[in-house]
Amino acid sequence: MGHRKTSGGPRSCGGPLAVLAYLIRRLFAAAVMLVVIILVVFCIFFLVPKWAGVDIASSFVGKQADPASVAAVREKLGLSDPIFVQVWHFFKGIFVGRTYAAGGDVTHCAAPCFGYSFRTEQDVWPVLTDRFPVTLGLALGAAVLWLVFGVAAGVLSALKRGSLWDRGAMVIALSGVSLPIYFTGLLSLAIFSYGLGWIDGKYVPLTDSFSGWLGGMILPWVTLAFLYAAMYARITRATMLEILGEDYIRTARAKGLKEQVVIGKHAMRSTMTPILTMLGMDLGALIGGAILTETTFSLPGLGQAVLNAIKTQDLPIILGVTLITSLAVLIANLVVDVLYAVIDPRVRLT
Amino acid sequence: MTTQRTSGRRKQALAAAAAVAGLLTLAACGGGNDNGGSSSGAAGFDAANNKVAQADQVKKGGTLKFVSTQDADFWDTTRGYYGFMWDFARYYSRQLLTYKTAPGAEGAKLTPDLATGMPEVADGGKTYTFHLRDGITWEDGKPITSQDVKYGIERVWAQDVLSGGPIYIQQMLDPNNTYKGPYKDTSKDKLGLKAITTPDAKTIVFHLPKPNSDFEEVLAMVSASPVRQDKDTKAKYTLHPFSSGPYKFQSYSPGKGLVLVRNTNWKASSDPVRKAYPDKITLDISSNQNDSDQRLINGDYDIDASQTGLGPQARQIALKQHKGNLDNPVSGFIRYAVFPQTVKPFDNIHCRKAVIYAADHVSIQTARGGPIAGGDIGTNMLPPSVAGGEGQKYDPYQIAGANKNGNVNLAKQELKACGKPNGFSTTIAVRNNKAQEVATATSLQASLKKAGINADIYQYDGSQSSGIIGAPANVAKKKLGIIIMGWGPDFPTVQGYGLPLWDSHYILQSGNNNYAMIKDKTIDGLFDQYTATQDEAQKTSIATQINHKVSEGAYYLPFTFERLLNFRSSRVGNVYTSNAYSGYYDFVNLGLKSTK
Repeated sequence: MGHRKTSGGPRSCGGPLAVLAYLIRRLFAAAVMLVVIILVVFCIFFLVPKWAGVDIASSFVGKQADPASVAAVREKLGLSDPIFVQVWHFFKGIFVGRTYAAGGDVTHCAAPCFGYSFRTEQDVWPVLTDRFPVTLGLALGAAVLWLVFGVAAGVLSALKRGSLWDRGAMVIALSGVSLPIYFTGLLSLAIFSYGLGWIDGKYVPLTDSFSGWLGGMILPWVTLAFLYAAMYARITRATMLEILGEDYIRTARAKGLKEQVVIGKHAMRSTMTPILTMLGMDLGALIGGAILTETTFSLPGLGQAVLNAIKTQDLPIILGVTLITSLAVLIANLVVDVLYAVIDPRVRLT
Repeated sequence: MTTQRTSGRRKQALAAAAAVAGLLTLAACGGGNDNGGSSSGAAGFDAANNKVAQADQVKKGGTLKFVSTQDADFWDTTRGYYGFMWDFARYYSRQLLTYKTAPGAEGAKLTPDLATGMPEVADGGKTYTFHLRDGITWEDGKPITSQDVKYGIERVWAQDVLSGGPIYIQQMLDPNNTYKGPYKDTSKDKLGLKAITTPDAKTIVFHLPKPNSDFEEVLAMVSASPVRQDKDTKAKYTLHPFSSGPYKFQSYSPGKGLVLVRNTNWKASSDPVRKAYPDKITLDISSNQNDSDQRLINGDYDIDASQTGLGPQARQIALKQHKGNLDNPVSGFIRYAVFPQTVKPFDNIHCRKAVIYAADHVSIQTARGGPIAGGDIGTNMLPPSVAGGEGQKYDPYQIAGANKNGNVNLAKQELKACGKPNGFSTTIAVRNNKAQEVATATSLQASLKKAGINADIYQYDGSQSSGIIGAPANVAKKKLGIIIMGWGPDFPTVQGYGLPLWDSHYILQSGNNNYAMIKDKTIDGLFDQYTATQDEAQKTSIATQINHKVSEGAYYLPFTFERLLNFRSSRVGNVYTSNAYSGYYDFVNLGLKSTK
């Protein structure tokens, strides 16, 4: 029988201090992980092209650039520095800001400086904070939809196993898992926006108009939720079926507890543990940028920013979004680990 | 498991088929065919191709809405190099000279803008003197002076800060790069460039070390726009250029969009070129070409700013339902394969000719999108829109004639002459972010195989072109015998198109564009003759000669004289394509028929 517990060590009864110690330990581990990620990403972006004989600086200058111009740009970007010096400048910039000086022009990137985009002449941090709310809104809105519909469909399918409802829901779930977002996204736009004209489908910032924002987000939410709800429905159904066969469920029923209590209080708690694990991973990844969804619906979020950056070799933006993604995944997993203890008393944080 | 997977795929295929059917049904509901113009107000197919459409219906006011799947590289006039940016920049920048606001070839002729007239040329073509008009102002109402023009041009020298843009003017005025740019200029007024003098606020004189007959064309580039020193924010200028034109920046968010509003200090009386019809101009950046095309067709937008043509899906819908809103001009770009002579056996002209003869040109044209979306079969290397270009009339290898489907016999004869009677192996380098180019490479690979030439396809990151195919050492090391590329004129002359491609002085270690590594003294000499003469007829004749020499050398396999399939909404009027902007619509004088 599956006792689910956190990854760290043996179980122990933890008071508030134990929880705090656990959090500090996990945060420290997350910080170390982030440093490792930065190092790896730096190597991928700045060292590998060098080994391959590609001069990154040359992609920042015009078609007619002479070697002197390329050299000047290389100096401005600090690309001639050893990789560890570049990494050090990056870390330092996060805490104290950074100044880029070349050719009589001085550009100051204020702390927290996550780099400076020489493609768009902007600090990376404001770009990230400007685009983050769009992606967060997309991820959270879709998560609410897929949790509500996915989990409900999964539970109902498990309870009515073999019924028409069960078969129908699972066929829809299979379609949801099988169809890629760029397909369902385009289809939904073609039907509801271009065809029927019910929804404009054009993104409007929340600060400009709530109804406009809702109109722009509803199709991305539904499209994204359709994919994830399908996966959640299938996982919920499988987990619920397994749990309904457990001894403690039989005991609860034998004690004469109402079916709603057996399902809602006992079975659901155990079912939610793997669901939460998935949610943590999925939300973390989505917050880093739902590239396909944002591209299909032209949402100006992190996913679109990183795609533009890839097209234009805007390495600082790619680096910034990669770090945000890593951070989001780490935080989401931390939150999920803490939530385990809330929903399942058998789990204690260690 | 196998059964389940097959079942899943079947469902996927069924769902896909249903969805496509749905899309087509919805598209079919879009309205009637506007082929020749109709109640929807469309001007008709090709109505704006080399001619002006619906100029008399334009009213002043309203918001002209652009959409684009890409932002400009830079909006700073010194740094921008994208063709559509040069077209768009005339809204907020002026130059001493600019291109006529006229359709087709007439639009490639120069006309005075900030200057009162065409320059006084003296000293055998080495001195150009301009006088500035009265009433020309910046967006804050201050007059534009000759010193502002000089300072704007001086910024081109600051490549270490303002990289990205063309540097023709620097190469013509200061080929040895003795001036270090205004940011390192130790003179008090930062106007230390000796090649330009400003005797007074309304006179500017250019002193060239040697004549260049295209100097006026270079002055018409947006990189020769004035910039006011106290408004120069250096690298960040691209975020908010200070306007000298009829519109000014209201807001700009990189990768998202741009809004221009009227510059109330611009005086129509000082500007014979710009009509400034709309009150406001917006540009939205979209990440989904299908979506932006569809919104264009639905009337949410008026013009695609990037002017790269409709995507494959929208193309079919538009050709069926909205043909009257389409134009199909020649773009000025030639798509081609080039053979680096540093990679064996392409050092031998007969091996190069073997590839030209073996290629199935019709298949390649189809791979590029066919006659409408891809273009006409290319037969030589000078665009028809450039003076001296002859189009398909000059076809030394019968590419569009007898050999259009490939001629294996001729290819084999050339292989024998090359010393490779059994063929050879080589590599085709192609950018992986250009679907049409990858399709072209596959098509070429198939036709070469018939003649015994086995080619592998090497796909590389297109954004790294300058370091991969632009580095001759890398090209030789990786043995990239065939490089697939495209090129359009920076200004509509043989120099603006071919100098970086064919002149031996332009071979660079990195960022090289003379991929063929042409070192032909005759071609270099012809370019020298071209730049030295002021006679237009002679210039055209030399351009033709250069093209013939390049074609005879068999350095290139031209694929297509590219065509665009661009959409204009039924709201816009005074629309026409211009050869000055590679067949794009001339943005600056577009107007709206209804201001609602």
